[in-house]
Amino acid sequence: MLRFTLTRLLSLCLSLAVASVVIFAAIEVLPGDPASIMLGVNAQPDTLAALRAELGLDQPMAARYLDWIGGLLRGDFGISYTYRTPVVEMIGDRLAVSLPLALFSLALTIVIAFPVGIWAAARRGSVADVAIMGLTQLGVAIPNFWFAMLMVLVFAINLQWFSAGGFAGWDAGLFPALKSLTLPAIALALPQASILARVMRSALLDTLSEDFIRTARAKGLSRREALWRHALRNALIPVLTIIGMQFSFLLAGGIIIENVFYLPGLGRLIFQAISARDLIVVESVVMLLVFAVIVVNFLVELAYAAVDPRLRAR
Amino acid sequence: MNLLDIRNLSLAIHGTPILHDVSLTLEAGRILGVIGESGSGKSMTAFSTMQLLPQGAEPTGQILLDGQDILTRTERDMCSVRGREIGMVFQEPMTALNPLKRIGDQVAETITQHERVPRRTAMERAAEALRRAELPPEKFPMSRFPHELSGGQRQRVVIAMAIALRPRLLIADEPTTALDVTTQAQILALLKKLVREEGMGLMMISHDLAVVADMADEIAIMQKGRVVETGPAETLFREMQHPYSKALLAASTHAPERGAEVAETPLLEVRKVRRSYALPAKTPFGARREIEAVKGVSFTLKRGESLGLVGESGCGKSTLTRAILGLEEVQSGEIALAGAPVFTGHKPNPEVRRKMQVVFQDPYGSFNPRHRVARLVAEPFHLLPDTPRAERDRAVAEALEAVGLSAADGAKYIHEFSGGQRQRIAIARALITRPELILLDEAVSALDVQVRAQILDLLADLSDRFGLSYLFISHDLSVVRSITDRVLVMKSGEIVEEGPTEQVFDSPQHPYTQALVAAAPVLPDDVAA
Repeated sequence: MLRFTLTRLLSLCLSLAVASVVIFAAIEVLPGDPASIMLGVNAQPDTLAALRAELGLDQPMAARYLDWIGGLLRGDFGISYTYRTPVVEMIGDRLAVSLPLALFSLALTIVIAFPVGIWAAARRGSVADVAIMGLTQLGVAIPNFWFAMLMVLVFAINLQWFSAGGFAGWDAGLFPALKSLTLPAIALALPQASILARVMRSALLDTLSEDFIRTARAKGLSRREALWRHALRNALIPVLTIIGMQFSFLLAGGIIIENVFYLPGLGRLIFQAISARDLIVVESVVMLLVFAVIVVNFLVELAYAAVDPRLRAR
Repeated sequence: MNLLDIRNLSLAIHGTPILHDVSLTLEAGRILGVIGESGSGKSMTAFSTMQLLPQGAEPTGQILLDGQDILTRTERDMCSVRGREIGMVFQEPMTALNPLKRIGDQVAETITQHERVPRRTAMERAAEALRRAELPPEKFPMSRFPHELSGGQRQRVVIAMAIALRPRLLIADEPTTALDVTTQAQILALLKKLVREEGMGLMMISHDLAVVADMADEIAIMQKGRVVETGPAETLFREMQHPYSKALLAASTHAPERGAEVAETPLLEVRKVRRSYALPAKTPFGARREIEAVKGVSFTLKRGESLGLVGESGCGKSTLTRAILGLEEVQSGEIALAGAPVFTGHKPNPEVRRKMQVVFQDPYGSFNPRHRVARLVAEPFHLLPDTPRAERDRAVAEALEAVGLSAADGAKYIHEFSGGQRQRIAIARALITRPELILLDEAVSALDVQVRAQILDLLADLSDRFGLSYLFISHDLSVVRSITDRVLVMKSGEIVEEGPTEQVFDSPQHPYTQALVAAAPVLPDDVAA
């Protein structure tokens, strides 16, 4: 298990290094000069020169890359051109919304999907199974911003249980903060839970038709006991894969939902940064998201090995 | 009173009749052998006794275990019968165990499922069950996972699970079909010993007459859901009446007539071939280890000859097969077909590849299900220079007819054919480039005895008509014996014995060959003759 962890850790570092080169190069190969792209076509030559110096564009490429990487490692992501504040602070503020929101909606996703998927698999072909599969189909198909607006209409405007948008901030206390994240988290979780429930169901059904389930039944286990004791853990591998992908998506993919609920999250930050051509922010946020994806994949692989002893030997 | 008394058992699944009036009896301490081809209903009889039938199954009749009818019991009741009163051993030891649980826990589960005992007691009794199954925890710790055991060892774990509570009835459904012959002999001996020592009744299901003849006290022969003949094992083979029983017996001892002349010119020459694989290192920066799968093998196959290559799993025969086919390059040595090397430089030689085709074991997995048969059969044409469409179609039709199918079958899809027909299609695909040598890699191992006999006849006939040579790779000694002129015995990457087939089997010289021949189940002498 230690060897497995070490090799995975090594490949994690390599992936990060490669990703950083690709992101850096992508900004480099943008046609023209980043400074003039950021300032637009009508920029004054002296402003342009000042920005070039600030961005370090007068340095050779290798030096700029090392400078950028060194900064990232020290926690210095540079200064945002549009907001004139350190990028790391901006990201920190946004992450304080996006990370809890992602975790919250992922938790909801799992809490909904597991019981639903297991329930449907245990009653394969029954009315309940057909109904659940129909509903999850609907859950995947409904655009989540529409569902979000529907929830705002019902729970915020009519029932007035929640506020229609905005973030209370963590200073206001845990409960108000979580409360303002609840509707967005549900809106984000609904399609994800539908997908995960379907994956859970089909993975379980595959496992339930395996020979070792028959062996378990021959030992005297009931159908239900065989499912819980033997099938469930074997069905987890595809489910873990999807959960990993969903977390990465939820961290950055909530742009629309963040807009619907006026949440100051990462998705809106990157959207604004791209609109404002604030390349320093774009570069840093993209690198951060890549980092998150790679780390999540690493954790998912560790989870695989924890579930399946056959993978530990590799 | 009989231990098991199946009376007029009929079974339909979603209205399709599967079993018709099956009646069988088994006494404690005895072995009942149930023989039949696939689809004969032998496994369904076993699953009826366990009440582990697929959805939509409607059994009628009686299955009396110690006088109590199983069919009238509730599912909840059956959960206390399964594992405690009836134990079951399955065909596929590789997949019959939960890959994520330790073997000790899996055996102990049988005990904890039925008795309220502390975990320590359960583990102690699991250890005892494993010892009875001859997999002592001292040598094979109970903390092992299934993937750390061989097929035979896994089957012992399954047996330990089945006998942990000393059930009165043990059902074994093709328990050794997936195992090597020496492992098979050990597992059969173990089952026999358990029956004798513990007074269990054993219902032993097999497609292999020889396996059952060696073991059983009583034999029942099944065909299309009916028991066509039953009787004591000593006399049944000699006194069998039913035409199906006779046909089955004839097919399992069938040796095709072969008339092809063996020329003295060599066709395939294998010289000092070595092939090793790198294993992952034990530590991230440790030295890589190597395993030598083939250790300097040399042999010659003559034109028109049928050469057998026998050996157990892991002996290197598959590696050697891939090397001969040019699918993998070897580290050293030479392989040449009619004088031309299989590998030129680091690339397979297409000119040689065309003259050599292969038929694999699994007639279900070796075809793309989305292509029509004509396209599947025509596939090897990519080895030839451009062939006009009309000529290609004609060749496909000819090949299909050569293997006993019709040209019209080319328009069908593979799922429309039975296992035996699929194997005929595989042979047609091999014939299409007019090869000189066909490698048959366990090509008849998955087939029923009667179908197997037909395919062996077909192969003998094709060899006569097209002057084909065969390299027949198999673990099944009786098949190799019936169709080859000469045989090579392979063990741990080396050929340990070689010679004319009759001679090698009648008076094996190498201890390993002797062990193989001794382990192979055989029908009683007077029957086989």
